[in-house]
Amino acid sequence: MALKTTALENRPWGALVHLALFHDVTNSAFLHSQLLAKNPDYEYAFIDASSIFSEHQLLSAAYRAINAAATSALQTPNVHSEVILSLSPNNNIADAYRRWGISPRTKSLIVLKIIFHDSPSVPGPQPSAAEVWSTISQLVSGTPVDPFSDAAVRKETNWAAVRKYYKLNGVAALQNIADDAARQCQMERLALMGMALRGL
Amino acid sequence: MTVNPTTAGASEPQFPLPSILTNPASAPPLLIAQGAEGRLYKTTYLVPELACAVKYRPPKPYRHPLLDARLTKARLSSEAKVLDRCARDGVPVPALYAIDAAAGWMALEWIEGAPVRQGINEWLGARPETDTTPDEQVDQTPLVDLMRRIGTVMGALHRTGVVHGDLTTSNMMLRPWKDGHTGGGNGTVLDGDVVLIDFGLATQSQSDEDRAVDLYVLERAFASTHPRAEAHFEYVLEAYGKTFKKAPSVLVKLADVRMRGRKRSMLG
Ligand SMILES: Nc1ncnc2c1ncn2[C@@H]1O[C@H](COP(=O)(O)OP(=O)(O)OP(=O)(O)O)[C@@H](O)[C@H]1O
Ligand SMILES: [Mg+2]
Repeated sequence: MALKTTALENRPWGALVHLALFHDVTNSAFLHSQLLAKNPDYEYAFIDASSIFSEHQLLSAAYRAINAAATSALQTPNVHSEVILSLSPNNNIADAYRRWGISPRTKSLIVLKIIFHDSPSVPGPQPSAAEVWSTISQLVSGTPVDPFSDAAVRKETNWAAVRKYYKLNGVAALQNIADDAARQCQMERLALMGMALRGL
Repeated sequence: MTVNPTTAGASEPQFPLPSILTNPASAPPLLIAQGAEGRLYKTTYLVPELACAVKYRPPKPYRHPLLDARLTKARLSSEAKVLDRCARDGVPVPALYAIDAAAGWMALEWIEGAPVRQGINEWLGARPETDTTPDEQVDQTPLVDLMRRIGTVMGALHRTGVVHGDLTTSNMMLRPWKDGHTGGGNGTVLDGDVVLIDFGLATQSQSDEDRAVDLYVLERAFASTHPRAEAHFEYVLEAYGKTFKKAPSVLVKLADVRMRGRKRSMLG
């Protein structure tokens, strides 16, 4: 299935996180313009895949955004813009959009949609995964990666950008690790901590 | 005080859960420890396969709510920042997964294994009161090896400019080595990497005095928790002394601190 749905652990408001990855996207400029125009039909987190290194990173940002929504602590207009901010290690929203959000030139695109199935503010039945997928696949012109996987996400990573965004250059903890896999693991760990620490 | 994890959580929780842990999950949270300041739960982060430790500081009813919220937030965020600093400098500490300082909780990487306290107690419990290890072999025993690993980790911590503030053998975990680990492994209860936890009282400091007090606190903790291991504390200091440039002067200061400590206890 090209749409991966996750019921996070300890999820407030019955939130489900839906994820899809597209290659060769041809309507990024249009999607970007709809976000700028605040078109409510385009309320998704549209993420440039090059600044993402794992599915875990996406879920972690989603969890933070969901918790912010459920505790009335959103710092951006909605839970999906909050996901973009939650990918960033700092509170500069414009920066977060530039680095993690879709740009008119985005080729590989991650679409993240959060649906609250048990929220006090949006009562009533919510769209199913099949309905979410049908909408997303109509919005995005591109080739969906089927099935969505962590491995597919990892193929898109621009590590030079990730190291810069999460300030991982010259970090002592990464200096003396000879093993590539271990160093990679450590980099991801520090980047995730950077996300968690934003705003403290 | 440590709560038996097999009984806690299974029935009605003894304490109201933090609201984040009242949400749906694949398994109920386990109450692991209930301290003076807060509680520690074992639960999962994002997916059922990833265990995490949630540290929760409940509101204090006797404090003004606004002041209480501000203090809790400040303490948790200071603890989180210290963890980040340590992690970036390669000091072995749990990763921070998530934090909601306003709600009083943070989620940390779950460290497998047991506190160092438990490892040492099990080790000593299985051995006779009087050690029969020949003198020339003493410094090869697994206990001495562990002491050296503790000293090395303390040195790494101090080198980054952090003092822990509450060093005890309960605030260090022994994380078992993975298969294929080479060196040091003897297959005993003292195997594993030393991981520092509980930075609730940590501060940033580079002073010899603060660092020496940190060592002294651990030395006293050894003396009271593991009197039979106290004689081995010199190996902690020996290893510590080799870790960074200023470590030898911290050890000199430690002699002062001990002296003052003794005077104080004679007066008291
Ligand atoms: N990250 C972790 N992984 C596994 N076990 C942990 C972790 N953190 C804490 N524990 C366990 O929970 C116990 C209590 O944790 P901790 O020392 O952080 O809390 P505390 O003593 O209540 O904190 P404070 O002194 O700040 O009030 C530890 O002794 C340890 O057994
Ligand atoms: Mg403790």
